Amino acid sequence: MNSRYQALSANLSARFGDAIEDVIQGPNDAHGELTVVVAKESLTQVCAALRDEPDFAFEMLIDICGVDYLTYGESEWETRSASNSGFSRGVDREVVIPDPATEYDSQRFAVVYQLLSVSNNQRLRLRVYTGTANPPVVPSVIEIWSSADWYEREAFDLFGILFEGHPDLRRILTDYGFIGHPFRKDFPLSGNVEVKYDEELGRVVYQPVSIEPRTLVPRTIRDDNRYVSADKESGDNG
Amino acid sequence: MAEIQNFTMNFGPQHPAAHGVLRLVLEMEGEVIKTADPHIGLLHRATEKLAETKPYNQSIGYMDRLDYVSMMCNEHGYVMAIEKLLGIDVPVRAQYIRVMFDEITRILNHLMWLGTHGLDVGAMTMFLYCFREREDLMDCYEVVSGTRMHATYYRPGGVYRDIPASMPRYQPSKIHNEKDVARMNRAREGTVLDFILDFTERFPVRVDEYETLLTDNRIWKQRTVNIGVVSPERALQLGFTGPMLRGSGVEWDLRKKQPYEVYADLDFDIPVGVTGDCYDRYLVRMEEMRQSNHIVRQCAKWLAANPGPVMIDDHKYAPPKRTEMKEGMESMIHHFKLFTEGYCVPEGEVYAAVEHPKGEFGVYLVSDGANKPYRLKVRAPGFAHLSAMHEMVQGHMLADVVSVIGTQDIVFGEIDR
Repeated sequence: MNSRYQALSANLSARFGDAIEDVIQGPNDAHGELTVVVAKESLTQVCAALRDEPDFAFEMLIDICGVDYLTYGESEWETRSASNSGFSRGVDREVVIPDPATEYDSQRFAVVYQLLSVSNNQRLRLRVYTGTANPPVVPSVIEIWSSADWYEREAFDLFGILFEGHPDLRRILTDYGFIGHPFRKDFPLSGNVEVKYDEELGRVVYQPVSIEPRTLVPRTIRDDNRYVSADKESGDNG
Repeated sequence: MAEIQNFTMNFGPQHPAAHGVLRLVLEMEGEVIKTADPHIGLLHRATEKLAETKPYNQSIGYMDRLDYVSMMCNEHGYVMAIEKLLGIDVPVRAQYIRVMFDEITRILNHLMWLGTHGLDVGAMTMFLYCFREREDLMDCYEVVSGTRMHATYYRPGGVYRDIPASMPRYQPSKIHNEKDVARMNRAREGTVLDFILDFTERFPVRVDEYETLLTDNRIWKQRTVNIGVVSPERALQLGFTGPMLRGSGVEWDLRKKQPYEVYADLDFDIPVGVTGDCYDRYLVRMEEMRQSNHIVRQCAKWLAANPGPVMIDDHKYAPPKRTEMKEGMESMIHHFKLFTEGYCVPEGEVYAAVEHPKGEFGVYLVSDGANKPYRLKVRAPGFAHLSAMHEMVQGHMLADVVSVIGTQDIVFGEIDR
């Protein structure tokens, strides 16, 4: 983290106080990456100030990204050493089907904003957690940056995150009449339906997908001593 | 007299000037456009979700297929994000190779843009001329990676292999006799770098040729001057990057402002437009081709003089040599682990951006410490540009839509992802 970003970090904390829940610096000092977790209620005020105040001057919203933290840190490769049944193949996964009526974990969905200041030549990342609301909802920043229009539509389409105040929140990337939000972690990679041409009906029909889900390479998390940070106890080598 | 109402018109997705699969729903009042509503997603392949299910290295090939006319620049953004998170350094020779191929890619992309933009507006010749030059650059892709387009050449830690010593040559056949072949092989007698240097000598003359056809052409100017004007303030608001932003007069180029690899050591200029119309963006891209040519020259000269490694010497990320694997057990294990499981990337998140030919190509990577990305988000420049379509064509005539699509340099691989 170079001195410019340290100053930016200090400025942000001084200016916004409680509106900022957390300031996360990049994992490696050279990155100059700063993530700020903003409270959902104060998102629009913080964004407006970030754009207009000369200390920040983030004229550009580069990107909006939805994130689903449902399976964060979960590994499919459980066996550490060979047991009498051998290593797990990492393919016996429990399918997660959350009840659609229940509230979400307060840190399940997040919206990440990448900001760029052309005049100050610096970047900033904002993260907002959607909280427990079902469907997840955050305020729209379209009044502050026009580029938010399609980015918010994309996050809505792929994650089902609603943006309060967006004038035209339609699906954008998926098919007309698509059901579900495909980038959620509980949406299968192969999808739920497949399309085929039915000769009897003489038209295209949808039917449940016939692909067996399979894992070619299991998801593995290793406690590698090269990556153990100072605050973490050193684990055994993977 | 009957009351005349606005009518709705479908432009695409099969229209040849829609540059792929753009479906544009236009509300027209006579010939004048009231609203334009682009429908995208017809090429949506969920690249980002696919990448979540694969080890990091297996997704590099997907990046080529995003913006399929500037393949290596996409790879560059992706491998840079991984390198940032891993905290590994790339050998300087690999950095020069990357910069050289980034600029070759920029010329490839701009030639494609110029050819199709010209074709859309009615200048047939441009298309043929541009594809002639693209052929030589495609050969450069092929000689280093084995494929003409989807190279998968950049790897975290460097590039797949060093530039080979010699350029493949044409063989006499029924179609080409000895004399033809001798002419075609004229630039191919030396090394690959000699071939690239020879190209950079020929290329500025070609750009001059293009300019004699277009820059002062009355029809070309009528179709592009004062069409799709974007003020600098709006360009920033709309998230424009690259030539779209510079065409509006904002001096912003990541290669200068946030230099990555060896751009800080190279000599080049950033062209900037004045009025922000299609014609200025045309002039900006033409000058960018000359500047890229200049960068390629500098890199090729440096590479000829400075041999060295092109891949990081850490077999956790880079495969060991074949010969080592025949002898050593450790190399064997490294190879096996790297290609079955991949490498685990430390927990964290990064955003890495490169100056792609179309604008800022960014990759936002969230890792939870696994061998696969937890979330990968590709920031495609064309996505932001196309979202401004309504604003750019409102009040223009129908024929101007084609000019605006051309000037935005739309490629659906990256917009739909």
